[in-house]
Amino acid sequence: MNDISEAFATALQLLISFDPALFEIVGLSLQVSLSAVAIAVFIGLPLGAALALFKFPGRGAITILINALMGLPPVVVGLVVYIILSRSGPLGVLGLLFTPTAMIIAQALLISPIIAALTRQVVADLWVEYAEQMRSLGSGRLRAIPTLLYDARFTLVTAVLAGFGRASAEVGAVMIVGGNIDHVTRVMTTAIALEVSKGDLALALGLGIVLIGLSVSINAATYSVKQRAEAVWT
Amino acid sequence: MTNTTPIAANDSASEKETHAASNSSILPLRVSNLGFKAKGEDLLQDISFELHAGPRTIIMGPNGAGKSLLLRLCHGLLEPTSGTVTWHSNGTNAASMKQAMVFQRPVLLRRTAAQNIDYGLKLRNMPSAKRAQITDDVLNRTGLARFADKPARLLSGGEQQKLALARAWALNPDVLFLDEPTASLDPAAAHAIETIVQTMHDEGTRIIMTTHDLAQAKRLADEVVFIHKGRMLEQTPADKFFETPQCGEAAAFLRGELRW
Repeated sequence: MNDISEAFATALQLLISFDPALFEIVGLSLQVSLSAVAIAVFIGLPLGAALALFKFPGRGAITILINALMGLPPVVVGLVVYIILSRSGPLGVLGLLFTPTAMIIAQALLISPIIAALTRQVVADLWVEYAEQMRSLGSGRLRAIPTLLYDARFTLVTAVLAGFGRASAEVGAVMIVGGNIDHVTRVMTTAIALEVSKGDLALALGLGIVLIGLSVSINAATYSVKQRAEAVWT
Repeated sequence: MTNTTPIAANDSASEKETHAASNSSILPLRVSNLGFKAKGEDLLQDISFELHAGPRTIIMGPNGAGKSLLLRLCHGLLEPTSGTVTWHSNGTNAASMKQAMVFQRPVLLRRTAAQNIDYGLKLRNMPSAKRAQITDDVLNRTGLARFADKPARLLSGGEQQKLALARAWALNPDVLFLDEPTASLDPAAAHAIETIVQTMHDEGTRIIMTTHDLAQAKRLADEVVFIHKGRMLEQTPADKFFETPQCGEAAAFLRGELRW
């Protein structure tokens, strides 16, 4: 009980004092996770839409695989990226290990399947409604991809938020490929893990509260925009 | 075309364009021995007819006769399992670009009314200034101008169907397929749709439409193709069809007592 009230006090104190160390960590967290989301959107939206629209041998298998990858353990992704980026790995020469770039790569790999799988479902449902009309207007399946993604935009926001939630909350992948180096690769989740192992539960909880607060505000903002837009466009 | 001088090499391209726009219609449509099978069941069998430029054709028949299916096969949305659908043109691509279809339930994009029309034109690779002009024009002619910037899906059912028809009109098709376009509309909205269809017919678009509304068929039909249980039983000029139908099934259908 004491820990919790102390944690709130710590969190509040960190926030109102504009603690530069805290803001550096929060900033890097956002930078890494938002970059990963941007990359995953770039991969996941077209991939999911293509899986929904094109029939080809192996489509079922790929769909199952991508759905299964939604539950990919972050530590495993971190490990694979670690092996690839380590000195002796295939991309070792790039010297990316223990940099924010490595963390972005790992998180993008982690959440691309989430965004692709959710997009596939949304676009497949919309295509059922649109297919005949679009073919009548002269649109091929390839040309239909941007149309369907645009028309499903409000539903897809949820898919993107799911990806962002997963990225900002995970600790396993960024810990392994980032290394939790102070001022370089330390993000909120790895900082929390560190403070817990140091025994500074109040600071850890304070960071946790900031993390949750951020996540809630991003979701709340998106939700209200989405609600208003959906009322008009569906 | 009044241009009788020999075509010079440098203006042959523009000549071709005007020519294509004015009189290289994709008609006549030849349907021969058309059949469609799904899950081992013959839904349409041995359908043959020709549709030439001019009259409005109404495809009639009881529910489940295969009317909508026949439209979809003619429009190329489905591949026949036997027989052929042939348009008078060389590439199939060109033929599909000169057709449009309005469905029983309008499928509108989640965009404004104007953007819905613009979208169809964009798929025809039309430059944006021309698209804007055509969009304005059809919105005005269908009485939808005041809804131009309104989300299409907030329009009433009748207005949505009008918009779907406007979108088809904007494409200036040689042939317009309509699949029970007024089946779920009130009489006033249905009348508005009929008026637009009539105008398009007057301007030279070939109308091919299904309906099971007898009064509407009598108002719109120049000729009737009657289908029953997946077979075409007659193709008859409208006045003749409604007075002395050729087959017993059509007579029963007109009396409202067709056995299923």
